[in-house]
Amino acid sequence: MTKKNIIELEEVVVKFAGDSGDGMQLTGTQFSDNSALFGNDLSTFPDYPSEIRAPQGTVSGVSGFQVHIGNKEIKTPGDLADVLVAMNPAALKTNMKWVKQGATIIIDIDNFDNKSYKKAEFIDDPLSDGTLDGFNIVKAPISSLTRATVNDLALGIDNKTADKTKNQFVMGMLYWLFNRDINIGLDFIKDKFAKKPDLVKANLEVLKAGFNYAETIEAMSTTFMVNPLKNRKGKFRNITGNVATAWGLIAASERSGLPLFLGSYPITPATEILQELSNMKKLGVKTFQAEDEIAGICSAIGASFAGHLAATSTSGPGLALKSEAIGLAVITELPIVIVNVQRSGPATGLPTKPEQGDLLQALYGRNGESPCIVVAATTPAKCYDFAFIAAKLSVEHMTPVILLTDGYIANGSELMPIRPIAEFPEIIPPKVKDNDENYRPYLRDEEKLSRFWAFPGQDGLRHRVGGLEKSNITGEVSHDPYNHEDMVVIREQKVQRVANFIPEQEVLGEESGDLLVVGWGGTYGALSSAVLDLQNEGKSISLAQFSYIKPLPKNTEEVFSKFKRIVVCELNLGQFKSYLQSQYPQFDYLQYNKIQGLPFLISELKEKFNQILEEK
Amino acid sequence: MSDTITYKLSSQDFKVTNPVKWCAGCGGFSVLSAVQNALPEVTEEKNKVVFVSGIGCSSRFPYYINTYGFHSLHGRAMPIASGIKAANPDIQVWLVTGDGDSMAIGGNHFIHLIRRNLDINVLIFNNKIYGLTKGQYSPTTPKGSKTKTSPDGTIENAFNPGELAMGAQGTFFARVVDTDPKMMKEVFIKAAKHKGTSIVEVLENCVIFNNHVHEDITGKDVKNEHQIYLEHGKPMIFGNERDKGLMIVNNRMEVVKIGENGITEKDILVHDAKCSNPNVHFMLARLKRPEYPVAMGVIRSYDCTVYEDMLTDQVEYAKANSKIKNMDDLLNSGSVFEIE
Repeated sequence: MTKKNIIELEEVVVKFAGDSGDGMQLTGTQFSDNSALFGNDLSTFPDYPSEIRAPQGTVSGVSGFQVHIGNKEIKTPGDLADVLVAMNPAALKTNMKWVKQGATIIIDIDNFDNKSYKKAEFIDDPLSDGTLDGFNIVKAPISSLTRATVNDLALGIDNKTADKTKNQFVMGMLYWLFNRDINIGLDFIKDKFAKKPDLVKANLEVLKAGFNYAETIEAMSTTFMVNPLKNRKGKFRNITGNVATAWGLIAASERSGLPLFLGSYPITPATEILQELSNMKKLGVKTFQAEDEIAGICSAIGASFAGHLAATSTSGPGLALKSEAIGLAVITELPIVIVNVQRSGPATGLPTKPEQGDLLQALYGRNGESPCIVVAATTPAKCYDFAFIAAKLSVEHMTPVILLTDGYIANGSELMPIRPIAEFPEIIPPKVKDNDENYRPYLRDEEKLSRFWAFPGQDGLRHRVGGLEKSNITGEVSHDPYNHEDMVVIREQKVQRVANFIPEQEVLGEESGDLLVVGWGGTYGALSSAVLDLQNEGKSISLAQFSYIKPLPKNTEEVFSKFKRIVVCELNLGQFKSYLQSQYPQFDYLQYNKIQGLPFLISELKEKFNQILEEK
Repeated sequence: MSDTITYKLSSQDFKVTNPVKWCAGCGGFSVLSAVQNALPEVTEEKNKVVFVSGIGCSSRFPYYINTYGFHSLHGRAMPIASGIKAANPDIQVWLVTGDGDSMAIGGNHFIHLIRRNLDINVLIFNNKIYGLTKGQYSPTTPKGSKTKTSPDGTIENAFNPGELAMGAQGTFFARVVDTDPKMMKEVFIKAAKHKGTSIVEVLENCVIFNNHVHEDITGKDVKNEHQIYLEHGKPMIFGNERDKGLMIVNNRMEVVKIGENGITEKDILVHDAKCSNPNVHFMLARLKRPEYPVAMGVIRSYDCTVYEDMLTDQVEYAKANSKIKNMDDLLNSGSVFEIE
């Protein structure tokens, strides 16, 4: 046994990578849960190939899961890994460039042979050609020791099944490496395989074997300790952006008293919202898996007309298909939440990779003057809050709301504090009482300009809605030119007046200074981390991360006016920048853009900001 | 506007004061009036009736009837109606569409509506032409027809709505003509009473762009010979003298004359609209002039579970059998990390 040397760290990034079938997502989740129980803050990101089961051992078949833990607030899954687990050469090859110098790389040495190198398209043996110089390489015979451990149990478990437990060997090694209580891992396995006692036994033994193996080898004599986060108390759960979005809609349903209806069509990376809500019939949720994107939103519009809290979930190409129907919701002034989990485009683009390329589509991508409220969620857990807010604004202002998230925060996870639903504001639908003699379909609330909501089935409120322009107040079909202009203006003003009902724009850091970093939506983690780091270095830099895109918060102009320079950072060619320019042309906007299907790295942001700060 | 007092409704209750803006002589007028006549027989509460439509001449219908209404997008009435019905199964949903709206731009939604079998009553105004855009061929326009976009004759095969409906596992298909108010009323009532998606093809005349398109079927002097009105449980007999009937000979339909070749009324096929197997219904829906009379009335009416009932059952079952009753329960379920 080697002497244990413990290094305390503020934060650590661990990346698990292997074949699609290696159970890396499960291992990553298990490690995250264990870290959460230990009291760390965390952020995760899965990295799936777009093929379901690409050929084994090839680069295109590598599936990964990154976990960033810390004893401080963790805002992103991390730029580069401190520890990489590579189950085969292909996993090593794809992830090597995302690993820190000096990192610990655990490889399953059993899978490193000439045949595998060929599959992974290595020309030389990476273990001996210098590729891995400067890293702490742990060559662990994971596959063979796993099989041996399972065979020793003599439970009659075949090799194929035994191989599926090798992720527990990895987990055992990590428990050693991070000085974790192995018994917590044991509970996870007992729960997971509750119905299969033999598998519980096998997994437990393999986990212990991994732990014991790590304890004995020199390469792992240096271990890490990431202490629990101080001053954090309460209940949390680890939640992905997509699940949080689904749950936020359910929360809005409960606070509005309106049953939730989701009409949707499966599309990466938004599908989990439909899946999650399909499993929520227990809370009265109805889901309708439509024949296409258009039918998805149209069924939701029908449900909205019938008095439900209606939503549809999609990604960029689906938003394009829904455009005409969103216009129908605009002109009929019916509430509906359209969730767009953005991915790289155009067309099919990079369907599993994030981008912020749909902003202008959300703002303008419809025929006619067709304003929508547009909001954007900033982090996986915040998807819960913004789905709730989107529903509240939609119902109370009687107009469609587009909620923008992206593949990065939708699939990524973080800890969400559990707050009682009663702490969320009530949602008050502008319903009409049966037989209200004053009801007219387009009579409006004076403050909000929203119309009132009467449903089929209500007595004495029969009316018609539709895609033809209607006369204000009476709702009769009208081709009157002045009425049309009035209605166009009213619909726009209705959305603009939402500015009176949303919070002011917050600034992270000083409210004035040399540089204001402006971002929106899912880039919050990276932008705030970079800005905080530079603030800690004494730089005059602040962040305004926008969630309310249309309308913009009322103090936006004031916020901008207090900085010498503004740089708008986004994962597109500058869509928010051109929008801001159209709204507030008096400011000069620098821009920083990335369109690689990848999130911002904190390091590249800091470099850019430093460069701007140095320019005079 | 107050009208909570329940009394037997009449067709007057469904009329609107606003003008109906179809062309003079349009087939739509007689369909509208037949619907207004049928509704009192199938509902006691006009507040629980919705008419949904797409785009096209026929789709102006919701403005002309005194119920809730939704005039939607071209081709999209079906998913909108589906959303209304799935959300609130207590609402009686009618859907008015045309041959372009339902068979062209809405063709995909049409077959999926039928496949799901939501309880929605669909009236297809089939005038075999695009009217609102002024005279282009539609998916039901007979091959070879000269129209504004087929000056040399169409080179496309035409859809038969009945075939599509049955191909999509339809549970109800009927056909009527706009010249027969009694037939329309009777069939509309049956369509409304059928639990499931009811497709009614209305052979409608477009007086402006396709005048007399159905004349060979609806003409006063030919209608008895060129139409066969089908009624469940009754023999398939037609003709001015009611002396002709249908038989299946060598796996195909044949028109026979009662009294000739030893054929008696007993030999004539008896219509079984409620049979689950649609084979004969298919044959009936396909009957075409000049070899056959065109089948009218309820061709298929097969009872089967409907989407919204199964959805409601699943929701009720899940609610009754889950420990999670509200959002707070959900938030506190499964893996929760409590940090003290």
